[in-house]
This record gives sequence, structure tokens and C-alpha cells, in this order.
Amino acid sequence: MSEVVLSAKGLSKWYGPIAAVSGVDLELHRGEILGMLGPNGAGKTTTILMLLGLTEPSSGTIDVGGFDPIRAPLEVKRRVGYLPDSVGFYDNLTARQNLRYTARLAGLPREQAEAGISAALKRVGLDEVADRGMRTLSHGMRQRLGLAEVLMKGVELAVLDEPTSGLDPQASFDLLDTIRGLKADGTAVLLSSHLLDRVQAVCDRVALFHRGKIVLEGTVPDLARRVFGGVYIFELDLEGDVDAPSLFAALPGVRQATAADGTVRVLADRDVRAELARAAVAAGAALHRLVSVEPSLDAIYRHYFEGRHGTA
Amino acid sequence: MARRSGSPFIGFGAVFVKELADHLGSSRMFVLEWLVLLTGIGAVYTAISDLKTTTASDPFVFLRLFTHARDPLPSFIAVLAFLVPLMAIGLGFDAINSEFNRRTMSRILAQPIYRDALLLGKFLAGLATLAIALVMLWLLVVGFGLITLGVPPSGAEVSRGIGFLVVALFYGGLWLTVAILCSVLFRSAATSALVALGLWLLATVLWPLIVQFAANAIYPPNAVTLLLGGGPSLGQVELQQTLSRVSPSTLFDESVLALLHPATRALGPVFMSQLEGSVMGAPLPFGQSLLLIWPQATGLVAGTIIVFVFAYIAFQRQEVRA
Ligand SMILES: Nc1ncnc2c1ncn2[C@@H]1O[C@H](COP(=O)(O)OP(=O)(O)OP(=O)(O)O)[C@@H](O)[C@H]1O
Ligand SMILES: [Mg+2]
Repeated sequence: MSEVVLSAKGLSKWYGPIAAVSGVDLELHRGEILGMLGPNGAGKTTTILMLLGLTEPSSGTIDVGGFDPIRAPLEVKRRVGYLPDSVGFYDNLTARQNLRYTARLAGLPREQAEAGISAALKRVGLDEVADRGMRTLSHGMRQRLGLAEVLMKGVELAVLDEPTSGLDPQASFDLLDTIRGLKADGTAVLLSSHLLDRVQAVCDRVALFHRGKIVLEGTVPDLARRVFGGVYIFELDLEGDVDAPSLFAALPGVRQATAADGTVRVLADRDVRAELARAAVAAGAALHRLVSVEPSLDAIYRHYFEGRHGTA
Repeated sequence: MARRSGSPFIGFGAVFVKELADHLGSSRMFVLEWLVLLTGIGAVYTAISDLKTTTASDPFVFLRLFTHARDPLPSFIAVLAFLVPLMAIGLGFDAINSEFNRRTMSRILAQPIYRDALLLGKFLAGLATLAIALVMLWLLVVGFGLITLGVPPSGAEVSRGIGFLVVALFYGGLWLTVAILCSVLFRSAATSALVALGLWLLATVLWPLIVQFAANAIYPPNAVTLLLGGGPSLGQVELQQTLSRVSPSTLFDESVLALLHPATRALGPVFMSQLEGSVMGAPLPFGQSLLLIWPQATGLVAGTIIVFVFAYIAFQRQEVRA
């Protein structure tokens, strides 16, 4: 594969006796999008802070574009854009002035910065409020301004910690577009999020964090295979007075059948669609829909954490 | 810690310019300046009405503008000795914690700058603000004096006045670093302000009392000397002075005394034998006065540096996560 932008090996962080992160390995290539998932407190933010050199790792090595964030933090920070999980701005400045200050800190030449700021504000849809005071911006607008800051900087690696939090549905779809745009420019993107369908829609790979470790890592179909084994999933919409779950569970090859909100979900060892249809009709129900579904990230996530303690 | 690459001053200019603009435009600064201005004008005005009669005879009439007091109003320097620390604390008490509270810290530190640049930029911007305010006040007082007294200040008066300005800035700088240290140590701006003000009260009001008490306890006054109407023993005086010089306000007061009262020859106990041959009340040349306050001035600067180093170390160790 193409050039490695980020690689981390055996990353650990101890807060006193508590391991916030232990033994995390990560690798990210040019133009690749990696999603970090996991329950609250799983260690996603801590990992991100270590990658940026904002927190010193207790052990492990990090390489960002050939530089170590502890030895050469400035080189790393020049190459990385960061959107913190709770992003704040100076209230006494306008949106544009806030970005200008960051651009000066980042050492961008003035003219390049002005052009970059205008372009970035436009891209996140804030060009109309750019010269209003920060006080007049909503939470989601601030979040988007944080993203504009990353865009403006023109980086090799964008690290976005929960970029979707507080965004309206349209804004979060726009955000996905922006992230795809970054990918098209060759920027690697590391993003953490709790919106699984958004992550699935945009990420090339996902890493599932649990108690400071990466417990699963790979593409979504990869994870599905590993979590569900060779399981087939079907969904049926039925109408009629039948106890569908127990009806289907009795069929050979079916492992499990559950009903929720009028939709029946069946897990089976092989393709049992014909049997399901026959059984449903024989029981006197009207079959409206019967489909085979690829497991969603949502399903993978819930299945993985079922039985395990949900939180760290 | 591993050796790091790159200059610690990258980004310093950007921080300095932003912080200075913030200070100069802030309502906090506006209030503090008006406070100083109004009390200052009050003090100088009474001084001038008293001084008009002695303009011709007094060679240091301009310095009297600063030092003259008439009950119940304090002198201009007494006002400044009180308000300069207040201003400095006002400028520094939320320097670092406000960045955390506004959640801008992680965004700023993700830029290619060291924390050094942020801390130093904030300190020097505060100091520059203080300097601007002090110089403006100083010019105002001198201008006021020029108009009402009708004589220009002599060269010695100007250099003593500027010396006073510099010492006041050092003094303000020390309280500014103390406030910045508090802003590093305490996440809540209110706590930070309270602790800084508490330290200031301790140094200016409580410390002299504590010192007197301690000196009295260690060198109890001799009953015989007391009966004969004598003062405290030399040991007591010296101990008291040494201890009181721990407080920056003592250092400031002594420096101001030597600079603005040119007749001041020593800042400690003096024996009659040492005064033999001296012309009492004759002013000292400016250079000699400078020599006299050299330890005090360097003490203030050294204190500033030490407190700044503490703030720096504490800040370096801080987690960026709020
Ligand atoms: N400064 C700190 N001192 C002690 N423990 C900490 C500190 N910061 C974080 N932790 C702990 O480290 C663990 C990982 O936290 P982290 O913020 O990385 O989680 P996260 O995966 O980002 O969670 P979330 O989804 O809620 O953002 C948590 O158990 C947290 O309590
Ligand atoms: Mg987090």
C-alpha cells in the first residue's frame, strides 16, 4: 500500500495505577480513513492526545511522517490538524479572527492564510457568519469552525475527535463529504465517533477500542466475519397473528430469531430464505419483505458488547 | 526528558500581539486604568495646591508631586504602590486557566508552538500593558505638573522619575508572575484571583506585623533601655529589616524612597559615626541612589524570574485535557 503517514506501536498510558490505554498499535496510510469506536472511557481520546504529542505516552513508539511527537513536536504539529472533542474559541474575536490567530501560530504566510481561511470557511458553510462575533455562533457552528481550522492548515493527517457531536443530520452528512474531500486530497484521517452508521459510511477501516485496547480492527465486512462467524442475517416484515420468533427458531439451520418493531431478525448458518418464506405463509402470515442483510457496524458493535460489560 | 528540536520562541510574536490587543481592549483594563487615573489625579491635585508655594525654593519639586501627601489623601506613589499589584493581578490571574475554561488550550497547543511561547507571550503582553498604563500615567502627572507649576523638571528629576517608573514596572512584573502562577495552579479563575490577592495582602499588610512580632520575640526589649527612653536593640532592627525584605512591597517602598527622596543615604540603620562629615539633607547624585537600590531592584527581578520558572514547570507538567 501507499506511504505510511502514522504508525504507533505498543502505545500505553497509565494514569497512576489505571491504564487508560495499553498496547495499542495503529497504522494509517495516505488518503486512508480510520474510524475509532468504543464505549465512553475506552481510551480513544487518550490515544489521540498521545499521537499529537499533547500527552506523553508511558510506553510505546509513535511516528508521524517520520517524526516522533515527543522529540520533534513542532514537526509533527505542522503536519497534523486536530479537532478536539470539546472545541472552544475566543469569544471576543470573530470566527475569521479566530482562524487568523491559529494561522499565525501555525506559521502560515499571511496571504496564503487569508485565502485558506476563506476557502475553509466556505467549505464548511460558515462564510456568512465568518465576520460575526463568536457569541452568535451555535454549538454545531463552532464544531464546523474547528473543522475549518483543520482544512485551513492543509495537513497530511487530520485527527478528528467526535467531529459529529452536536451536528444536525444535514451538517453531519456535509461533514462526511468534507472528510471524503480530505481523503481525495491525499490526507489521512483518523476519526473517533459514536455515530456508527456515519463511521461505516466514510471509513476504510475501523478500530474498536475496549478498556484501552484495540479489540477488533479491519474493514467492516472483516469485522462482521470475525464477530458473527459465518452467520447469515435475514430480516422479514410480517403481518398476521403469528409468534414469528418461536416459529422460525424451530426451523433447521436457524440459530436465533428475534422480533423488534414489527421486523423479525433471523440469524442462520446458511441461506434459509426459502424455508422462512414457506414457514411464514404456512402459518397464515402475510409476508411483506424478506431480505438478506449485510451486518451493519451497529449490529457488529452491539453483538460484540452483548454479554461483555458495556462500559469500561 | 528527551531533547526537543525547534526554537521555543516560535509563535511567541503571535501570542504577544493577540494578548496585548486583548488587554488593551478589555473592559477590565479600562476599569483599572480609570481607577488609577482618578485616585492619581486626586493625589496629585492636592500635592500641587500645597507645592505651589515652594516651587522656587525646592530643587526637587517635581518629585514632590509623586511623594507629597496631605491627610486624609495618600500620595501618588502610595496610590500606585496599592494599585500596581492590583492591576498586575488583574492582568494575570486568568492567563492560563481561561484557555482551559474556554476549551481553546488543546486547539492552541496542537499548533506548532511550544508551551514556552504561550507562557512568555502572555507574561510579556501583560508587562507591556502595565508599562503602557504606567508611562501614560507618568506623562500625565508630569504634564499636569508642567502646566500648574510652570517650571520644567531638571535632568536629575527626569532620570529619577524614569527610575521610579522602571522599579514600579519590576514590582508589577513580580505580581504579574505570581498571578500567572496562580492561573496555572488553579483551574477556577475566581480561586486564582483570590489566592493571588491573598498573597498580596499577606506580603503588604500581614508580613510587616508578623515580622515585628517575630523580631520582638527573638530580641525582647531590654527593660533598662526602655526606661531610659531608648529604642529597640540593633539586633532587633536588623532582624526586622532582613525579614521584612522578603516581602516585595518592602523592596518597592525602599526603592521608591531612595529614588524620589534624593536625600536618602541608606536604607538600614545608620550610626552617628558613619554620618561624620556628611552634609545632612544634601541630595545624593542619581548614580549613588541607583547603587543604593540596586539590591532591591535585582531582588524584585530575581523574584520574578523564580516565580516564572515555577509557573513554567507547573505548566509544562499539566495535562491538556480540561
Ligand atoms: N487526567 C486523567 N487522569 C486519570 N484518568 C484519566 C485522565 N484522563 C482520562 N482518564 C481515564 O482514561 C480512560 C480513557 O479516557 P478517554 O478520554 O481516552 O476515553 P474515550 O475513549 O475518549 O471516551 P469518550 O468516548 O467518552 O470520549 C478513562 O477511563 C478515563 O477515566
Ligand atoms: Mg473521547
